[in-house]
Amino acid sequence: MSSNTDPAPSAALAPGTVAPDFRLPSTPDQLVSLHEFRGQPVVLVFYPADWSPVCGDQTALYNELLPEFHRFDAELIGISVDGAWCHLAFAQERKLHFPLLADFEPKGAVARQYGVYRSQDGFCERALFVIDAQGIIRWSYVSPVGVNPGADGILAALEGLPSKEKKK
Amino acid sequence: MTAPSAARLTLPVSDRDHIQGSPEAAVTLVEYGDYECPHCGRAYPIVEALRQNFGDRLRFVFRNFPLTQVHAHAEMAAEAAEAAGAQGRFWEMHHALFTHQNALDSAHLVQYAGRLRINAAQLGEALAAHTFRDRVREDFMSGVRSGVNGTPTFFINGRRHDGPYDLEALTEAVERV
Repeated sequence: MSSNTDPAPSAALAPGTVAPDFRLPSTPDQLVSLHEFRGQPVVLVFYPADWSPVCGDQTALYNELLPEFHRFDAELIGISVDGAWCHLAFAQERKLHFPLLADFEPKGAVARQYGVYRSQDGFCERALFVIDAQGIIRWSYVSPVGVNPGADGILAALEGLPSKEKKK
Repeated sequence: MTAPSAARLTLPVSDRDHIQGSPEAAVTLVEYGDYECPHCGRAYPIVEALRQNFGDRLRFVFRNFPLTQVHAHAEMAAEAAEAAGAQGRFWEMHHALFTHQNALDSAHLVQYAGRLRINAAQLGEALAAHTFRDRVREDFMSGVRSGVNGTPTFFINGRRHDGPYDLEALTEAVERV
């Protein structure tokens, strides 16, 4: 866990950086930590809010692509400042099959650690991070808030990981 | 930090595609769509009008991009269009699906096949066996790799068309080529 006294980075953490560990609620009574996924790639998807139109399209697309991410043994994790109950309702309504973490209290703390919090708005950027099996960020991208970044960048980054992390 | 490459069609139009219009056409319009998506339903008559207006100057290609978790019947409908295509009636089924977006369960799909005078039993079997699932997935993944993030997404001569897709906007985009 990187120290909370570190100043928040002013831009999204770059490739080569150790991904800061975190522990956040995935449901009202479950917590998920990044280090639990050590040994497999992780796709971290920061997005501004449940229910907003672009987020809906973006999460629907990733939901559809879960089998592709799993071919790389990769876990997809969504993060926003919405609370766990809000995530639960959103995931149920949209039939999402990947965890949504609540960066809710202290608000946006994890987004700040990754350099993707918009303090003027009170929510996080639409930002993507591909983290390798050793917990190192290998690719990051910040999209304009209103633009769906799609998945081609994520898939290209996963393909670029050492081949032992790929499953046939 | 690297930005994703500019959105370009990564799978070129070829014999694998369903193509309407002249092979000599100067402009190729590719749509990635979902038969249960209401926006695609609204785009259907717009594309028809474009094809009419541009005649031999435009050819049209449709590829599947079903969001199966959002639209319960989208995958089956896409497979039905492909199954009809295997019997030489892709565009007739395409029309039936986009004009009956609220009735895309398998009973209706087989019924449309009957109306199009194609072998409905054969189409029903193809649906049950998911004969065309891989083909639909291939379309879908080609879209993902080309920057299709939702439906409908259009490409004009291989370049993604961003912005509105009403008749006026698409007409202007085709004329600009």
